[in-house]
Amino acid sequence: MEFWTFFAAKPLMWLIVTITTFIATSWLNRRLGGTPLLHPVLVSLFLIIVFLLLTGTSYETYFEGAQFIHFLLGPATVALAVPLFDHFERVKKLLLPLLLACMAGAVTAAASALLVAQALDASLGTLLSIAPKSVTSAIAIGVAEKLGGYPSLASGLVLITGALGCMLAPPIYRILNITDEAVKGFTLGVSAHGMGTAFAFEYGLMAGAFGGLAMGMTGAFTAFMLPLLVSLLGIG
Amino acid sequence: MLIGFLILLLFQFAGELIVVVSGLPVPGPVVGMVLLLAGLIVKGDVPDYLRIPSEALLKHLALLFVPAGVGLMTHFGLLQQDWLAILTALIISTALTIVVTALILNPSARKLQALSQSEPGEDDR
Repeated sequence: MEFWTFFAAKPLMWLIVTITTFIATSWLNRRLGGTPLLHPVLVSLFLIIVFLLLTGTSYETYFEGAQFIHFLLGPATVALAVPLFDHFERVKKLLLPLLLACMAGAVTAAASALLVAQALDASLGTLLSIAPKSVTSAIAIGVAEKLGGYPSLASGLVLITGALGCMLAPPIYRILNITDEAVKGFTLGVSAHGMGTAFAFEYGLMAGAFGGLAMGMTGAFTAFMLPLLVSLLGIG
Repeated sequence: MLIGFLILLLFQFAGELIVVVSGLPVPGPVVGMVLLLAGLIVKGDVPDYLRIPSEALLKHLALLFVPAGVGLMTHFGLLQQDWLAILTALIISTALTIVVTALILNPSARKLQALSQSEPGEDDR
């Protein structure tokens, strides 16, 4: 028992658990053909939470180790500027329709989620965590924190939204008769962030590139738009 | 590599500083990202010493979401209470977002096609 107590108290152990679980779930996801339903992050969260509950470990103890990974989210968010710049150089002549689609999509995503959840009596903390659900977790975690929501709930909802986007997009494209690869990719990036972008690559490289552009644009735009929208809707 | 990583941290720091001074309700790293994007647009290209650490970080971006996500274990009560509202809101709003974005962008589909098929140097007219 003492052996366990010694290692569990060491931040190193939770660092190792996090990275090992993620490598294993990524491998599993590749073996299963990359299905968004068993996204490595979703499966990792499930496994780690079960492990912590079984060993009676608190989230605070876990985070003492995991914070070293969490810290890298800051510089990684800044680094999103690099792929955004690459795409920007290619599409700057068509920036207006892309910006318009991104802004309309981002406002639709946040406003409709807020209104539906509010109509169904969701609590304030839930509302403020659901608002950034269609942007990459890198940005959503920070946005939820700034709005007064729960960063961890936000990151979970972001992942569910990503999986939903990948499932809903193909039938909607069929109904609306959307056949263009760039439109399909960009739409996936706006509605389902990085998971949608990864999915868009299955339509082709161009769809993936437009998905990446959409993810970056939507994330940046949403971070500035949400505080206004939330106060406009009288939430918080 | 190290210089590039330092640049990312400095831009994040600048972003955090702007947020603190201005009271803007936006995450510091997002402001840092916008600053870096502006810097890259002015400079005109991405130097390798910045591209290499940036792409290394972004390649493993998904791993970085795990520590925050595990915090879900502290919100079981909230999930139990709000799960129906959450699920309904996510499904409706994700479907609506796809419809709105695709319908707005679809009229420009042919132009997007032409643009992506042109060679990178070709569109510098």
